[in-house]
Amino acid sequence: MSTALDLPSRQATARSAVPPALPENPRIARQRIQPASAERRGVPRGIRRMAGPVLLVGIWHLLSVTGTLPSEVLAGPGTVLSSAAKLWGTGELPDAMVASLRRALSGLAIGGSIGVALAVFSGLFRLGEDLIDSTMQMLRTVPNVALIPLLIIWFGIGEEPKIALIALATAFPLYLNVYAGIRNVDQTLVEAGRTLGLSRAAMIRNVILPGALPSALVGLRYSLGISWLALVFGEQVNATEGIGYLMSNAREFFQTDVIVVCLVVYALLGLAVDFIVRLLEKVLLAWRPAFTGA
Amino acid sequence: MATGLHGRMSATPNAAVSVRGLTRRFGDRAVIDRLDLDIAPGEFVALIGASGCGKSTLLRILADLDHEIEGEVEVPVKRAVAFQAPRLMPWKKVWRNVVLGLPGLPDRRRAEAALAEVGLSHRANVWPKVLSGGEAQRASLARALVREPDLLLLDEPFGALDALTRIKAQELVGELWQRHNCAILLVTHDVEEALLLADRVLMMKDGVIAHEVRVDRPRPRAVEDTYLAGLRAQLLGWLGVGQRAVVEEAA
Repeated sequence: MSTALDLPSRQATARSAVPPALPENPRIARQRIQPASAERRGVPRGIRRMAGPVLLVGIWHLLSVTGTLPSEVLAGPGTVLSSAAKLWGTGELPDAMVASLRRALSGLAIGGSIGVALAVFSGLFRLGEDLIDSTMQMLRTVPNVALIPLLIIWFGIGEEPKIALIALATAFPLYLNVYAGIRNVDQTLVEAGRTLGLSRAAMIRNVILPGALPSALVGLRYSLGISWLALVFGEQVNATEGIGYLMSNAREFFQTDVIVVCLVVYALLGLAVDFIVRLLEKVLLAWRPAFTGA
Repeated sequence: MATGLHGRMSATPNAAVSVRGLTRRFGDRAVIDRLDLDIAPGEFVALIGASGCGKSTLLRILADLDHEIEGEVEVPVKRAVAFQAPRLMPWKKVWRNVVLGLPGLPDRRRAEAALAEVGLSHRANVWPKVLSGGEAQRASLARALVREPDLLLLDEPFGALDALTRIKAQELVGELWQRHNCAILLVTHDVEEALLLADRVLMMKDGVIAHEVRVDRPRPRAVEDTYLAGLRAQLLGWLGVGQRAVVEEAA
């Protein structure tokens, strides 16, 4: 880049010229500023970040083939892969995934709707706040998993207690975040809405609910995370299908490879759902100044 | 809204704004203390005063955002506000912001006409976050004017703008006022701005309108105008700054 040193006598050529060597110019210690592009050399970052997990799997593999890690303790990655392929081929794994996903999503649908409905009611109305909020704040301190015995007594050992557990677990994060979102809507915007003559309904629709949306999506993400957790616990209760069922079966026969496959599937399903929420945020929160893209 | 008529204290019937004996307390302190004010239809009034003198509080009362008051206040039903921050709904495209609150379905053509008036038609379909400070402020003006108000309340609308943008925005407000012919109350801390734009400059102090000057000067006005410079020195003197200038003026 040319340094624009506009000495009057050199104005005509100043744009392209290197500044004239001034006589008696004392020597200044200088440093070359590196363009950012020059620094991105060597192994690309993505590959570098892969190195850790790959190394871990490599060690795992090595320990398995040398017999240091017996397959009763933990099956090697090769065995895990082949049993994953086998389970997929027989249709056991896809069936189990569908069953588990259905549980998680129906639990979330029920619990989420209840959580959002309660939050909207207590967020918008003083009466709702008085009736609901303290109750919810009290109930949320009970660990959901501790309710399993009660849920079994109420709902038996079929699908119901599993879905009820997930519904309970997901209702709270959504409730808390939607409620906080409604209560933290920018008051200056509410005021602006009043000067525009918005009716109460129009204010809720145009100002308060959109303002609470970012917070609600945070709640959704928490709820989804917790729904997986609740799913794992719920599926330990006498399941006849689903990933938890696959896992407890494998436990009976010391099939550590199948257990690992199930763990990986839980992780992948979690990732997939998180990806969907990110996508949702990208679409619904495109207006947000702080939003830089998922 | 209060409508009582009590002899001498009665509201001026054909004024756009009339305020009688308005008091607003914060705790024990009366920020506004038995204040009277009339604004004629179509009149451009600027309200200046030191920081914390209650000028923004007065504007908020006229905007019906603050009801903790004593006294009589009458304002037009059709009124609009532009705040110092543009306060656009970030989740609505600019044109939807402009027509928000108007009866009926969002009318894009009406929004675009209003945006064209402030020179923003090319920004109708963007999110507010991509607007510059000056553009957002103009959008906020369009949103106020699309309501065809009889009273437009401006709360330091140029305060956050850079000097160049501020000059353009001031010119724009002057033009819009002449076209729409609504009464304007402009709250500002900028004496020059008040003198350039207003028919009448009010100075608030100790909870009342302490001083008032009429600016009988044709528009467009220039800051260099000696008449305005004299008024400026006078106002600054009342505000407690530039005393020497006043003394020189008097001499």
